[in-house]
Amino acid sequence: MTYFDYSATTPVHPEVAQSIQEVLTRYYGNPSSLHRLGVEAEHLVSQARERIADMLMVPKNSIIFTSGGSESNNLAIKGAASRLRKRGKHIITSSIEHSSVYDTVRQLEPYGYEITVLPVDRNGRVQPERVEEAIRDDTVLVSIMYVNNELGSIQPVEEIAAILKRHPKVLFHVDAVQAAGKIPVDPEKLGVDMLSLSAHKFQGPKGIGILYKREAVRLDPLISGGGQEFGLRSGTENVPYIVGMAKALRLAVENQPAAWRRVSELKKRLVAQLTGVPGIEINSPTDDALSVPHIVNLSCTGLKSEVLVHTLEQRGFYISSRSACSSSEDKPSRILLALGLTEEQARSGLRISLAKDHTPEEVDQLASALKQSVQELRQILR
Amino acid sequence: MQPELILLRFGELTLKGRNRTRFEDMVISHIRNLTGDYPQMRIIKTFGRVYIQLNGAPYEQVAAQLKKVFGLRSFSPVLRAELDLADIQQTALKVMQSLSKKPGTFKVTTRRSYKDFPYDSMELNRHVSAYVLSRTPGLKVDVHDPDVELWVEVRQEGVYVFSEIVYGTGGFPLGSNGKAMLMLSGGIDSPVAGWQAMRRGLRIEAVHFHSYPYTSERAKQKVIDLTRKLSEYAREIRLHIVPFTRIQTGLKEEAPENLLITLMRRAMFRITERLAERNDALAIVTGESLGQVASQTLSSLNTIERAVSIPILRPLITTDKIDIIRLAEEIDTYAISILPYEDCCTIFQPRSPSTNPNLGVVERVERRLTWMEEAIEQAVQETELLVIRRGAQDEPSNSLF
Repeated sequence: MTYFDYSATTPVHPEVAQSIQEVLTRYYGNPSSLHRLGVEAEHLVSQARERIADMLMVPKNSIIFTSGGSESNNLAIKGAASRLRKRGKHIITSSIEHSSVYDTVRQLEPYGYEITVLPVDRNGRVQPERVEEAIRDDTVLVSIMYVNNELGSIQPVEEIAAILKRHPKVLFHVDAVQAAGKIPVDPEKLGVDMLSLSAHKFQGPKGIGILYKREAVRLDPLISGGGQEFGLRSGTENVPYIVGMAKALRLAVENQPAAWRRVSELKKRLVAQLTGVPGIEINSPTDDALSVPHIVNLSCTGLKSEVLVHTLEQRGFYISSRSACSSSEDKPSRILLALGLTEEQARSGLRISLAKDHTPEEVDQLASALKQSVQELRQILR
Repeated sequence: MQPELILLRFGELTLKGRNRTRFEDMVISHIRNLTGDYPQMRIIKTFGRVYIQLNGAPYEQVAAQLKKVFGLRSFSPVLRAELDLADIQQTALKVMQSLSKKPGTFKVTTRRSYKDFPYDSMELNRHVSAYVLSRTPGLKVDVHDPDVELWVEVRQEGVYVFSEIVYGTGGFPLGSNGKAMLMLSGGIDSPVAGWQAMRRGLRIEAVHFHSYPYTSERAKQKVIDLTRKLSEYAREIRLHIVPFTRIQTGLKEEAPENLLITLMRRAMFRITERLAERNDALAIVTGESLGQVASQTLSSLNTIERAVSIPILRPLITTDKIDIIRLAEEIDTYAISILPYEDCCTIFQPRSPSTNPNLGVVERVERRLTWMEEAIEQAVQETELLVIRRGAQDEPSNSLF
C-alpha cells in the first residue's frame, strides 16, 4: 500500500515518537507543580516554546499551545470576536476555508455577527482588493487561510496583510495548517496577527497544535481554568506532545526546501500523465507560485469520489476525496463549488498528496492505476 | 551594503606601549569569543590598525556581537575598492548612501600609503568629493566641522572607504581589571550591576543565597537564567549558591525583628568575603542603590558594610530606578528578573525593618549569637558551584528536541 493522503494526516516521524515516549514515561510531572518534577516538566514546555518560536522567528511569548488546528482556529476567531464585541461584529473570510474556520464564523451569526464570505477565482485565490472593499467600520477580523487543504492554492496573505496595515483596528488571522513543512511560514514577514498550525500535518502527533498570536493582540480565552498559556488556554499542558511537536517542526523546517524541490518534480510528473486523459480534470493550479506542489486535486466527472477512493485502495493506494474532515458527507465539496465547478464535478473531487518520500515510480503507478480505474468505472457506470 | 571589513577602535586611548597591545589583544580575544559562529572571520593587525575581515560573514550579526565587546569604543564598516578612480568614486558614493542619517555636510579625507597610485591625496580628495556631491542633492562640503567625514585610504592591496562610526559599549576588556564577587539576588538591580562591573573590566563570579525550602527551585532557576544572560558577554560565569536556611531561621528565632534584615545582610557579606578570598577576588559588587529600600539607606549601608573589610563596589549607587530598568531591558535581564519567585530577602520580611540601625547595638546583638561564626563557615563550605556557560543549554534534555 502506498500512502498518498499526507494532507489528511502524516505519519509520525520515528525520532518524534521516540521523544514523545521518553517524555511520556520519564517527565510526568505537572508543569504547574512547585516541586522539582513540576519544574522539570515546565522547563521542557518552556524549551519547546523557545525552539518553536525560533523556527518561526517570532518572540517566545507569542506561541500558545492548543489541542490542534481546529482549536487554534476557534480560539483565534471566537477569542477575538469576544474581546472586540463592543468594537464591531463584522468578520470577513473566504469561501474556501477549512470547516473549523468556516463553520466557526457561521456559528457566530446567531449572536449578531455578520459574515462576508469572499469568493475565489479559478485558481482558488482571494483577490486582495476584494478584501479591502469588504472592510467596514465595524469589521473586527479577517480570516484567510494560507494554503488550501483541498486544492493546494496559496492565498496572497502578504498582500492582504499589507492592505490591512491601513486598517490597524482589523485583526488578521491565517490558518496555516497546510502550509507548515510545505512552504516557509514566517508570521512576522507575512504580517499577520494570528496564525494556526497543527502538528499532525508535519509528522507530529495528532491532538496538539499552536496558535501564534502577536504579543500586542488581546484575546478572550476559549478554555478558562488554571490560567496556563498566558491565561489563554487553561488545562494541564500535554508535555510529551508539545516536545514532540517542537522536534517535528524543526525537522519539517529543516527539510522544507529540499522537500519542496522534490515534490515539485513529482507533481509535474503526475500532472503530465493525467493531463488530457478523458474523464479526468485537474483542479489545482499548475503554477508553483499559485499552489503548493504537495496537493493535487482532480475531478473525475460522473464518478463519485468515494467509489474512486475505494477502487484505488483496492489497487494499493490511499488517497482522499476531499478534506478528511468532511469526507463522510455526501454533499459536493464546498471548496470545489467555490471554484466555479459544477455540482457534478464538485461531487467527484479527488485529492492526491505528494511527499518527499514518494518515488517517481510510485507516482507513475498511481497515475496509471487512476487512469485504469476511471476508464473501467466509466464503462460500468455508463 | 555588505562591508568587507570592519575597522575597530579601542577605548582608553591614554594607554601606551605594551599596555596598549595587551589591552588590544584582550579585546580581540573577547571578540573571537563572541563571534565563534563565524569561523571564516579573520582579525588582522596592520599599520597600527585592527580590522576584522568578514570573508562573507554577515555584517549585521557580527556588528550585534561587537556591541557586546568590552573595551571596544567604536567600529566602522568598511567597503573595499580597487585601485581605480572610478571604482573608488562609486564605492565612496555607496558608503555615503548607506548612512542611516543623511548628513548635511561632509568632508573627504584621503590617506595614501601606496605611493605608486597615480593620484595624490589632494587630487583624490577633489575627485571623490566632486563625484559624491554631484550625485547627492542637498549635500555640501564643510572642511572645518562636517557632519560626516568620509575616509579614503589608498593601500597597496586596495582602497578602503568608510564613514559610519558605530559606538560600542566602551569599558575595559573582559577581566582585565581583576576579579570580583557579584551578589546576585534575582532582582532587577544586581544583574545590571554585574554587567556594569564586567564592562569596566572586572571578571565576576556570582553569589546567590538560597533558603530552601523557604525559597523555591524556580527562584534558583531564575538566578541561573540571569547568570546565563550575563555569560553572553563572557564565556562562562561561575555561580556560587549558598545554603542560607540555617542562618536565616536562626536569626528569625533569636534576633530582634527590626534588625533581621541588617543582620542577614551582614552575614551575607561575611560569607561573600570568604568566598572572595577563596576565589582570589579582591572586591564585592552589589546592585545597591541609595535610598531604594530600608537596607539601602546610608545608615544601613554604613552599618552593614562594617561587617567586612573587603572593598564593596556599587555601580548603581546613584542611579535612578527608571534608568536601572532601562539598562536591564537593554541587557535583556529585566523580563527574567520580574518573574515572581520569592528570594530569601523577601521571605522573612519584618514588619518594620530598621532604616537606621545603630552599629553598637547590632554588634552587641551579634556577639550574643554564638552559633553564627560556625554557621557562616558551614555555609561557605557547603556552597554549591555551578559553571554557567553561554549559549548551549547544556541540558540532558537537548536530545528530546
